[in-house]
Amino acid sequence: MKLNELTIHELQDKLRRIEVSAVDIVSSVFDRIDAVEGKVHAYIALMKEEAYEQAARADEDIKQGHIKELTGIPIALKDILCTKGFRTTCASHVLHNYIPPYDATVIEKLKQAGAVFTGKTNMDEFAMGSSTETSYFGVTKNPWALERIPGGSSGGSAAAVAADECIASIGSDTGGSIRQPAALCGVVGMKPTYGRVSRFGLIAFASSLDQLGPFTKDVEDCAIMMNVMAGYDPKDSTSVPMDVPDYRSFIDRGIDAWTVGIPKEYFIEGIDAEVMTAMQETIKLVEKAGARCVEISLPHTDYCVAVYYIIAPAEASSNLARYDGVKYGYRSSKCRDLLEMYKKTRSEGFGAEVKRRIMIGTYALSSGYYDAYYKKASQVRALIKRDFDQAFTKCDVILAPTTPTPAFKIGEKTDNPLQMYLSDIFTISTNLAGIPGVSVPCGFAGKGLPIGAQFLAGHFEEGKLIQIASVLEKTAHLKSRRPNL
Amino acid sequence: MEYEPVIGLEVHAQLLTASKIFCGCSTEFGAIPNSHTCPVCLGMPGVLPVLNKKVVEYALKMALATHCTINETSNFARKNYFYPDLPKGYQISQYAQPLAEHGKVEIEVNGGKKVIGITRIHMEEDAGKLIHDEYNPASYVDLNRAGVPLIEIVSEPDIRSAEEAGAYLKRLHEILVYMEICDGNMEEGSFRCDANISLRPKWETAFGTRTELKNMNSFRNIQRALEYEIKRQRYVLENGGSVAQETRLWDDAQGVTNPMRGKEEAHDYRYFPDPDLVSLTVDELWLEEIKRSLPELPLKKRERFVRDYQIPAYDAGVLTSSRALADYFEAVAKLSGKPKAASNWVMVDILKFLNDDKREIKDCPILPESLAQLITLIDAGAISGKMAKDVIVEMYETGKSPKAIIEEKGMVQIADEETLKKVISSVIGANPQQLSQFLAGKDKLFGYFVGQVMKATQGKANPQLVNELLKKMLAET
Repeated sequence: MKLNELTIHELQDKLRRIEVSAVDIVSSVFDRIDAVEGKVHAYIALMKEEAYEQAARADEDIKQGHIKELTGIPIALKDILCTKGFRTTCASHVLHNYIPPYDATVIEKLKQAGAVFTGKTNMDEFAMGSSTETSYFGVTKNPWALERIPGGSSGGSAAAVAADECIASIGSDTGGSIRQPAALCGVVGMKPTYGRVSRFGLIAFASSLDQLGPFTKDVEDCAIMMNVMAGYDPKDSTSVPMDVPDYRSFIDRGIDAWTVGIPKEYFIEGIDAEVMTAMQETIKLVEKAGARCVEISLPHTDYCVAVYYIIAPAEASSNLARYDGVKYGYRSSKCRDLLEMYKKTRSEGFGAEVKRRIMIGTYALSSGYYDAYYKKASQVRALIKRDFDQAFTKCDVILAPTTPTPAFKIGEKTDNPLQMYLSDIFTISTNLAGIPGVSVPCGFAGKGLPIGAQFLAGHFEEGKLIQIASVLEKTAHLKSRRPNL
Repeated sequence: MEYEPVIGLEVHAQLLTASKIFCGCSTEFGAIPNSHTCPVCLGMPGVLPVLNKKVVEYALKMALATHCTINETSNFARKNYFYPDLPKGYQISQYAQPLAEHGKVEIEVNGGKKVIGITRIHMEEDAGKLIHDEYNPASYVDLNRAGVPLIEIVSEPDIRSAEEAGAYLKRLHEILVYMEICDGNMEEGSFRCDANISLRPKWETAFGTRTELKNMNSFRNIQRALEYEIKRQRYVLENGGSVAQETRLWDDAQGVTNPMRGKEEAHDYRYFPDPDLVSLTVDELWLEEIKRSLPELPLKKRERFVRDYQIPAYDAGVLTSSRALADYFEAVAKLSGKPKAASNWVMVDILKFLNDDKREIKDCPILPESLAQLITLIDAGAISGKMAKDVIVEMYETGKSPKAIIEEKGMVQIADEETLKKVISSVIGANPQQLSQFLAGKDKLFGYFVGQVMKATQGKANPQLVNELLKKMLAET
């Protein structure tokens, strides 16, 4: 196997044994990028120069005997994370030339852990989308089927891991933007509990829902990444001052005598038959490992998409107000007055989906409509959260499909926003409730398209997710399959 | 028809914290444009606000001083609108659950007392400033002020005249400055006021249609604007018209209010809870601590001065007009043990000196200890009141103690009977003509003899003693 195909823990073993150097690893990653990036288009911008410098520094550290959690590991960053001195676009025309003067907290943490950054990955504009098709910088292809979408909004980060164009990557998840592309690209993707990972430097889409998380090639890597990323940040008032366990310690603990909740509302008509089959297989594997699967109910599931598409756009309409052409980013030229500058800058700077959501959000917050939309949605959100609280009194974790179908074709849903919104139907509730979720590969559809299973747990129970995901990974035997590019 | 004005005021006070409300940048006024900024107050993508605890403390002080109910939990909200001085496109403020509500302050108008209700006090961030180029078609943005902490104090519509509005504002201003949580500088915008005003027939209980007045940057302008607006609305109503609900800007030069252009006014702020900040919970122990740290407020101090020092209410009012002046007076009163004399010296002499030099009490060269010493010296008869008037001028100019000045100039009063007797007898001996006239009944000449004695002693003789001795010795002649 080539170095770029290995996992973090495999590479760290090799680095420790001085079998390979960090420069060897980064070279193999950039060789791969050279070979397949033209087909996949996972990245908006590469950080090749920086990566080689970081790798050389990592090799120095290793020589000195300082090897940290991610020393010498090439990691790709969703272009929603602010990187000091390196252009950060959020895949939008409005930020096409924006260079942040500071690093996101997660970037600082990754740097401190010795990581090597490969580049900034493609995404839906401002993370608004489920297919990476709304990017200002073109579409990312699914490495398993290049005519298909990789999912979104963190499609670039998922595809980069699946195509071995990096070892691991960072994404953000507001309504499924990590778990959905992870499922469609056949990798592991975790959305941590809201407040577990600092949002400082994550360009906001919907502040009460956004959370950063990792994409990895296996569950152990997910635990390693979480060990680095998680923790309280005084710069983020919504991050929680709570101890972070060693997530790696949850690997291989087994799930004997666990109760796994199967929510009946998530096994409904309209789910792809192959997805349903893969889920049934997964339930069998989980039971075989010693867990008991019980049917549970999350009665307000039907309202999730509606609630989400009020709250997320409402927050977005306010979060995106700062892109006005005054301070940074795109400014329309030749404007006669201030109002025209605002209008033209924002009309030309944002894509159609972003504008659609700003309009929806502005409407939902307008006087006379606030109570009927935003306020009502917030109240229902509380009920959705309560559904989960009650469910977790009956089970340790919940198991559900990550997506209703495998990856769909590029362009298939772009003309039908509602159809597109429904592809997040199983992931949105997690964000509304603020709980953690992980998507793990659980099977393949006939066309060779990956299918993902999603585990959900109570607040700050990421350890449980690692625990059960590692069991499924061991028993499903899917790790060795790679896309043929 | 007789109309009654109904006025409510919204005061914005900048808090005197060292750093901004949601980041660590300095709040200093007058720095080079955009030098007190960071990614957070510039509204860069990805940044998050973190609440400055000092801001909450200061806001709580004002809430306590105005007898508000403190909400155990309050929330921040976003007020959304576009303007180049507002970097995020929204202002972080408080809306549905403010920090404090239902307060009151007492004012005095025409000798009568009145209570003005306070609807709410909430915290928010200030916006930046636009600087328009006078010669080129360009505007510049200075974001030093963006994120400077403000409290907004909203009054009930309890105010019935421009004078009451003035008294209310002065009372708020005084409390803020007294507690050292706001510098009260109206020119620099540290203390700003908007007014809501409507008229209604005197017997009516329902409110009329109100206008909102902005752009008044002094107590005087606020009163002028209200007076104008009362007149204007009365004119409209008396002529059968109706007042339009609108925002009007005060034009200082013309002395009128004009409606703001419709477009600028048509805001729907789309308030909603700020998801970047968690609910603010005020800890009871902390609140108790703040309560204990509150200084004595001017009104209380005034009452205490009248009661404990037996000084007139007017004097107490002057002496408590600032905390530093009150502290100065109290120090002198306590050190000298003569509050009445202390009050006179401070009110008459010290304030005149400072006023002439446009100085503040904190810069007064005469320390309270020195003034107390002067009062003690007069009381002991060491110098006369007249001499003291010269001494205090010297004290103010040189900063020296009265004892030092008196010694230097040999100004010690002659209060020794034997010495004075000698002077008196020589004066009597030297003026035989005046003596015989005096003895013949021309009593007025007594003053002449006093003058001669004072002259002979270069004014150092104790006048009381001179009087006594002269009377006795003239009678014995």
